[in-house]
Amino acid sequence: MSFKIERIPAPLWARPLIPLMAIVLTFVLTATLILLANANPLDAYYYFLIDPLSSRVSAIEVLVKATPLLLTGAAVTFAFVGGYWNIGVEGQLYAGATAATAIGIHMQNVSAWIAIPLMLIGGFVAGMLWALVPALMKVKLAIDEVVTTLLLNSVALFMVSALLNGPWRNPISQWPQSPDIAATAIFPKLIPRSRLHLGFILALVIIVILWFVLTKTAFGLKMRAVGLSPHAAQFAGINVQQTMLISALVSGGIGGIAGVSEIAGIHYHLIDAISPGYGYTGIIIATLGTLNAWGVALAALFIGLIDTGAQTVSRALGVPTYLGDVIQAALLLVTLGMLLLQRYRITRTRSES
Amino acid sequence: MDRPNAIEMRHIYKRFGSLVASDHVNFMLCQGEIHALLGENGAGKTTLMRILYGLYHADSGEIVVNGQAAEIKSPKDAIAVGIGMVTQHFALVPPLTVTENIILGYTDGFQINLNEAHRRVAEASEKFGIPVEPKALVKDLSVGQRQRVEILKALYRNANVLIMDEPTAVLVPQEVEQLFESLERLRRQGLSVIFISHKLNEVMTITDRVTVLRLGENAGTVETQSTSPPELARMMVGRETFGVTKTAGKPSQGKIVLELAQVAALDNKGLPALKNITLQVRAGEILGLAGVSGNGQTELAQVLDGTRLVTAGQIKVLNHDITNVGPEKVMAAGVGRIPEDRHESVVAELSVAQNMALEHLDEFTRQGVLNKKTLLEHAKKLIAEYQIKASPGDKIRTLSGGNMQKVILARVLERNPQVIIVAQPTRGLDVGATEYVRGKLLEQRRKGAAILLISEDLDEILELADTIAVIYEGEIMDILPAAAAETERLGLLMSGVKADKVGA
Repeated sequence: MSFKIERIPAPLWARPLIPLMAIVLTFVLTATLILLANANPLDAYYYFLIDPLSSRVSAIEVLVKATPLLLTGAAVTFAFVGGYWNIGVEGQLYAGATAATAIGIHMQNVSAWIAIPLMLIGGFVAGMLWALVPALMKVKLAIDEVVTTLLLNSVALFMVSALLNGPWRNPISQWPQSPDIAATAIFPKLIPRSRLHLGFILALVIIVILWFVLTKTAFGLKMRAVGLSPHAAQFAGINVQQTMLISALVSGGIGGIAGVSEIAGIHYHLIDAISPGYGYTGIIIATLGTLNAWGVALAALFIGLIDTGAQTVSRALGVPTYLGDVIQAALLLVTLGMLLLQRYRITRTRSES
Repeated sequence: MDRPNAIEMRHIYKRFGSLVASDHVNFMLCQGEIHALLGENGAGKTTLMRILYGLYHADSGEIVVNGQAAEIKSPKDAIAVGIGMVTQHFALVPPLTVTENIILGYTDGFQINLNEAHRRVAEASEKFGIPVEPKALVKDLSVGQRQRVEILKALYRNANVLIMDEPTAVLVPQEVEQLFESLERLRRQGLSVIFISHKLNEVMTITDRVTVLRLGENAGTVETQSTSPPELARMMVGRETFGVTKTAGKPSQGKIVLELAQVAALDNKGLPALKNITLQVRAGEILGLAGVSGNGQTELAQVLDGTRLVTAGQIKVLNHDITNVGPEKVMAAGVGRIPEDRHESVVAELSVAQNMALEHLDEFTRQGVLNKKTLLEHAKKLIAEYQIKASPGDKIRTLSGGNMQKVILARVLERNPQVIIVAQPTRGLDVGATEYVRGKLLEQRRKGAAILLISEDLDEILELADTIAVIYEGEIMDILPAAAAETERLGLLMSGVKADKVGA
């Protein structure tokens, strides 16, 4: 009797185990780094995973950290499901943030009921427009969107930088920082004396919409067909180009909303460090969540937890906060590797004579 | 022939699963001859040659090269005993030069002296009379030039036996002429060539002897001079008369439902794949389109499916013009489509129920929201009706080929289409599933559907079709009633010999 690895899909019961196995394996791999930083890995994982949840204040902070990640994760998922590899959510976030700022600073004498929806619409449209050119290039000219969307991220960042060092530069402090948005444009807080804001509810609503569209609607089914097999989708009479274009643009729009949420919920003005790579982390989250709305929500909360924990662990054990980034990056690589395991299973063979 | 044998393949037996691809085949190749290997699709030509070149291993049998038993386990062994092979898909690296491609994998030592290599390649080019430009990049060369590089590569490695797998399939007529001149010259220098082909004209022109394979067996070896295209066609197809099992003998009198007028289209490489196709299919008729694979059948099916644009001509269903209108409108005109590649018509990762609804999602949707219940009931109904072994929630990927084909069949036939475009419907299916699919097609014919059956399986066409059209290099060679279709004539037509030339 011997064992053999065969290229047939893994049994159904094994699939949910794969993200879990990825997390465990990641911790095993990163333990070495923590040891090199002269800390006990088990202590470190305590601060990464348990400590943030042990107090109300830090638990709320996890949700604050998860808010932009829920949005960028949803944005990436929407594109990936439709077979469009949008790596440009980071740039779309900046486009949305810029639009929110431009609208928000002019809302001085306007009710919040008008100001906030206006900013959301403006941010969504800005994200969509930022996604439009690469999406058209993909659909009409078959130009690879991975490259174009990725490159546009730098362009977005430089444009924001130009704005902040030019017309929006603070005239008094000379800081590259825009004027503050109007008080009515600021997202209300969900819990007094915390940073948790309306954006979190918004993100949850978008996750629910994502779930609904992907699993309950004809358009969602078309998107999945296009993403999984463009040939078969075309054969079945689905307009592949149109479907892909819509999924790309909506993805960009959700990315824009993430930018609005950061401006109106956290910063109240535009700075060029508004996102420490939320758009890229969204790719990790969409992948970890296996392009499923609930999976994305869980993954965003998990990464939010590690982000919060990274602060505590560095304070408590004196290790660099970058360890959090390293863990996220390692997690993505391990997950991608582990996802391949879905295609295989181990079978027992009896030797034939 | 009195010359010694360059290659002797004796009792070569090879099985793939339950399929015997080579059934104790004997094949002898003389030194300095061009020897054709002729046969239908799946007759075992390529299998036999892959065994000779070490790509497959025979289950039993022996190979003798120049009088000595040879054990050929890999192409490396084949090259070592002087066998070279040129396939339809060239093994060249496009960004490298001709010289680099030729010496690739055939260099000793670590360092490469490129100037020396260029000189030697130029020398070989001169000696064998195969003009190539050593310093040219392969990506800049035409298909014919690339083929010359492949041939020179084999000769440079001291091949004295050259296997050419359908070398003319990729060439334009002028290139074919040049190739034949080169082969003729090389033969005079003592090279032996095995020439795999379906094309009788070419075989008659270039070869000394012909070995015909049929269903994995050697159907005979003949001298080209003493044979004729009709005899070869008869040997290839191997049936004297056909037992037509259908009920109706007389052609359908139904009205013309599907009409193609002078349709032309390009293949994926942008070369003409269909030229001037004119066909009519009547209600209650199965028109079988016969032909050797790669003669435009795939493109014709795609043109009718709405997934490939025509460059000229018109396609009509009754009075609707469906030329270049796309899949949705083609279906709306009452055309059901069962394509050649099952995997390109279903989404493997979606469920049976979802795939069954995919072509008409609007009917399962209210205000954009899918109605799970109707989706499920629809699937259950079809699964029961078509005896599909699956449940509605199973992913298509998990189904066997037969069940997958039944899903596609159910999706198409439940709508009682006026026209059915069906390509290679039983390819890869077991006997039971094959019978089922064929039965369903005959049932639709009784109901009055106009069916275009595209198949490379001649038996299938003979069993089902009322009328047979033969396609060759993108053109319809002839259209004849099934009752009048004789083996010899079909074989000739499929090999590109026009009916009026027979016996001339």
